[in-house]
Amino acid sequence: MAKTLAEINEKIKKGKAVVVTAEEIIDLVDEKGIKKAAQEVDVVTSATFGPMCSSGIYLSIGHSKPKIKLGGGKTYLNEVPVYTGFAAVDIYLGATALPDDDPRNRVHPGEFRYGGGHVIEDLVAGKDVKLVATAYGTDCYPRRSLETWINLKDVNEAVLFNPRNAYQNYNVAVNLSPKVIYTYMGILQPNLGNANYCSAGQLSPLLNDPYYKTIGVGTRILLGGGVGYVVWQGTQHNPTAPRTEKGVPRSAAGTIAVLGDLKQMSPEWLKGTTMTGYGVTLSVGIGVPIPILNEEMLLYTTVKDEEILAQIVDYSEAYPKGKSGSLGEISYAQLKSGKIAVQGKEVPTGSLSSYAKARKIASLLKDWIKKGEFLLTEPVELLPSAESGMTFKPLKERPIK
Amino acid sequence: MLKKRLVLTFPQTVVEEPITYRLIKDYDLVVNILRARISREEEGRLIMEISGEKEALDKGLNYLKKIGVAIQPLAKDVRWLEDRCTHCTVCVPLCPTEAIVVDREKMEISFDKDRCIVCGACIPACPYKAVEILF
Repeated sequence: MAKTLAEINEKIKKGKAVVVTAEEIIDLVDEKGIKKAAQEVDVVTSATFGPMCSSGIYLSIGHSKPKIKLGGGKTYLNEVPVYTGFAAVDIYLGATALPDDDPRNRVHPGEFRYGGGHVIEDLVAGKDVKLVATAYGTDCYPRRSLETWINLKDVNEAVLFNPRNAYQNYNVAVNLSPKVIYTYMGILQPNLGNANYCSAGQLSPLLNDPYYKTIGVGTRILLGGGVGYVVWQGTQHNPTAPRTEKGVPRSAAGTIAVLGDLKQMSPEWLKGTTMTGYGVTLSVGIGVPIPILNEEMLLYTTVKDEEILAQIVDYSEAYPKGKSGSLGEISYAQLKSGKIAVQGKEVPTGSLSSYAKARKIASLLKDWIKKGEFLLTEPVELLPSAESGMTFKPLKERPIK
Repeated sequence: MLKKRLVLTFPQTVVEEPITYRLIKDYDLVVNILRARISREEEGRLIMEISGEKEALDKGLNYLKKIGVAIQPLAKDVRWLEDRCTHCTVCVPLCPTEAIVVDREKMEISFDKDRCIVCGACIPACPYKAVEILF
């Protein structure tokens, strides 16, 4: 007996929707069976919290007297450069931006203590942020410099717009070399000293809708603690990644581009992040509701950590050199146990993605929906499917002579 | 048998005193040096684990105080900033003494100060700067 989204939303408005998290659904289905559970359950909430580098905000700060044209000039927020290729007072700040004089990796490993992600967290936390700008001046925008404090509550638009978030699965990173390495997957100890993974596994949004049947353009989500939307596929969306029989990708596959009102968000779910020796980024909390329209959708949400496999990749040589192939496959259940076996060695594991926070977000979204404060939306366009043939291509380098 | 983890700070005047030798020989204590920073111009700092019978330990520590060594239990030098921690767990495999452990049911970190030897491995690893070591 299939349900429609409209029916589910009616139940939500009446406070009668049956909502469980992507973890709770596993035991519920074990207990009641797919058929009964599919009839009873209306929404399953999925979530994730982890570093997501392709993130940033755009701000529209309002006009000064006399007016200034930030576009084409140089602007800094707390000494972090922002992108000024838009109109007069519209700027974009990326999560990985660094102050001009940050030493980066000149003395390796660099500390990367402050950058775009931290400015975003400061803004969301309600702190005043220093804006310093120089401009080339025009007849209509004659002003050439501006130094002012700005605050999130005073600006016009403040929008979190992330070109790539919520990866559907990812690698497990190890270091085969005899020297410690500093990567976006954390500090990797030599000779398989540790193994780092980055996924919420069975709670993860796209792993609960592996063929993108309900997640698409216009899907309403919980983003950074506020309401947001999926607006496009994320960059590097790779629906044709190899999958298990149940459709679970065995390596990094789909991604989503998301957008939301920064003023509704909270520093609890948007955190400036430092990866020593690598750079600065932003950790983002996302919750995606999955409407249980039929048994098929329910089946996908029962995915367990032991059924989700990831590829073990050497980040000392294979990854930087773009060598394909992996050192083996491992399940998230094994990864979360704290120890895995790689090349006959017992390797302790760590995660960059916080499962504890993902649980909290899934629970928060569940509460909002149950209280009737969050209605689900039907996507206007689904994400490119496995049938689309879309792949994540490498750069076709054509040197300029 | 008692075991204590202590941070010993000693001024320039005491830097040349062989305190480790004295603790072992004169007070029959087992001494394990976990970390040391000593130079002639600065104040010296030693992190050590000292074990022995209660009476011997008391006498040994009195000797240190008498010669001008400041003693502080190790726990005070390490701080886990719980409100900054996101419980991601990336620090867990790096801790050599399992002072940082994760409850695998809750997937939440906890920090056992008594096991920490202030090696500092967790500090550059924490993406949220949730561990502080004052050494």
